[in-house]
Amino acid sequence: MAKVKLGSFAFARSGDKGDGSNVGVFVTNAKDYELIKAQLTVERVKRHFHAICKGEVTRYEAPNMFALNFLLRDSLGGGGSESLKTDAQGKTHGLALLELEVER
Amino acid sequence: MRDKVLIGYGQGFWGDSILGPVRLVREGPLDYLALDYLAEVTMSIMQKLKGRNPKAGYATDFVAMLDRTLPDIAKKGIKVVANAGGVNPQACLDAVLDLARKKGIKGLKVGIIEGDDILARVPDLLAKGHDLKNMDDGRALAAVQGKLLSANVYIGAFAVAECLAAGAQIVIGGRLTDPALVAGPMIHEFGWKAGEWDKLAAGTMAGHIAECGAQCTGGNYTGWREVQDFVRIGYPIIEASPDGSFVVTKHDGTGGLINRNTVVSQLLYEMGDPKRYLGPDCTADFTSAKIEEVGKDRVRLSGIKGGPATPTYKVSLSYLNGFKTTGQLTVSGPDAVAKAKLCADIVWGRLALDGCTFEEHQKLVEIVGAGVCHAGISESANPPEVVLRLGVKCDDEDKVDRFGMEIVPLVTSGPPGVTGFAGGRPKATDIVGYWPALLDKTTVQTKVRVEVS
Repeated sequence: MAKVKLGSFAFARSGDKGDGSNVGVFVTNAKDYELIKAQLTVERVKRHFHAICKGEVTRYEAPNMFALNFLLRDSLGGGGSESLKTDAQGKTHGLALLELEVER
Repeated sequence: MRDKVLIGYGQGFWGDSILGPVRLVREGPLDYLALDYLAEVTMSIMQKLKGRNPKAGYATDFVAMLDRTLPDIAKKGIKVVANAGGVNPQACLDAVLDLARKKGIKGLKVGIIEGDDILARVPDLLAKGHDLKNMDDGRALAAVQGKLLSANVYIGAFAVAECLAAGAQIVIGGRLTDPALVAGPMIHEFGWKAGEWDKLAAGTMAGHIAECGAQCTGGNYTGWREVQDFVRIGYPIIEASPDGSFVVTKHDGTGGLINRNTVVSQLLYEMGDPKRYLGPDCTADFTSAKIEEVGKDRVRLSGIKGGPATPTYKVSLSYLNGFKTTGQLTVSGPDAVAKAKLCADIVWGRLALDGCTFEEHQKLVEIVGAGVCHAGISESANPPEVVLRLGVKCDDEDKVDRFGMEIVPLVTSGPPGVTGFAGGRPKATDIVGYWPALLDKTTVQTKVRVEVS
């Protein structure tokens, strides 16, 4: 087991859901899926986005896609037209998740 | 019944490249061209334009696109389905018919779907007990009722199918859901009925994959190094079958990439709960799909399960929620970050000297280049230069404009190395508040009408 960045074997996409960020991450095989299910806990993801996400985090599982989908509430400075932020739609949050280090 | 229908998605959002639809029409076989021209703020802008001019309030980009493609579309018999009507589908229809006549195209049938725009009906709906409360935070609509800018029901695929059945070659809707632009043609071609949840869920899922255009064909893919020829990226084509299975593909010879990864990436986009993707026509279970690569740039989805739709429509309302502006300057090194922070403090300090103050939550300071998008995750302590972005929002338009006047003076009255100011003083713009709500389906009747050039 070594520490590696999630982005070395996983893929991600993100976008907005109101003032929340919808961050999806997936891998390409069952073994890695078990790994991310075990290590990408709600608490871990919330801690990773501590400077971005001010609300609660919800996790959904999609085993047919080897995917986890995270809803990060209150992450966009109001969202849509309300937000002053550069990334008002959370477009880059998927890549931010891929920066996380996991044991693999 | 055809055993296969090709539905291309040429416009993923308001402002997408005109090359998408132009090339889909030219570069290979196509039965339907679906196009999305709306975003949540778009409807409020369109209502404002219509207020000034009764012939405005639709997506003029759509007419500009048809100006380049209509002869091919007419010749090849491609059907077009777009939500380009905005808040004025009739004006959009008139513009398209004018264009067809100008190009000498006779007999073109153009249809519109109306009934999604409920702005004028809001007082009556409230009086009848439909509270339109904010589905995110539960607030009563009374809080913003005097400031409403737009109110539109998300209309589903059966209205699209009805307009196609009425003979329209070009279907123009207002606030149709993005997936309905794909599911509508499937319902029409294959005769699917309300209650055939699995098929409707498949149509919805196909629409979800295609609805952001090139975002399923290699665009915005985190494995971007695998993607060839971004310049000529192909826009998606759904090859639909009557049983609900479909293949995501693109025209031969176009750039980009379609594989399991690019399709799954887009399935995850703004997905929410994968077991319960809600739409006006059904609920779809994205976890039920079998996803397989069946050839180069071909991914097949099958076995999709769905369930009954909810008894309510989603409604998107918008309201004026104050004013905002942002301005930016470039700050070079050495010590770019420290100098940018000083610049921000100078601006707030000088505004305070003049009696103009903002609360913390009304202000924004971003030091772009030092770690803004990935704050707290990847940051840089000493970049060679940064872009300082400052912003404010509040209910007082004059205060927002006053803020805009204190950015450029930094060039001569702040620390050294401040440059890159362009575009004039930042001016206050409207903040369009978004108000999602639910509305009993029995209160909404859509109607379709077809006219001929």
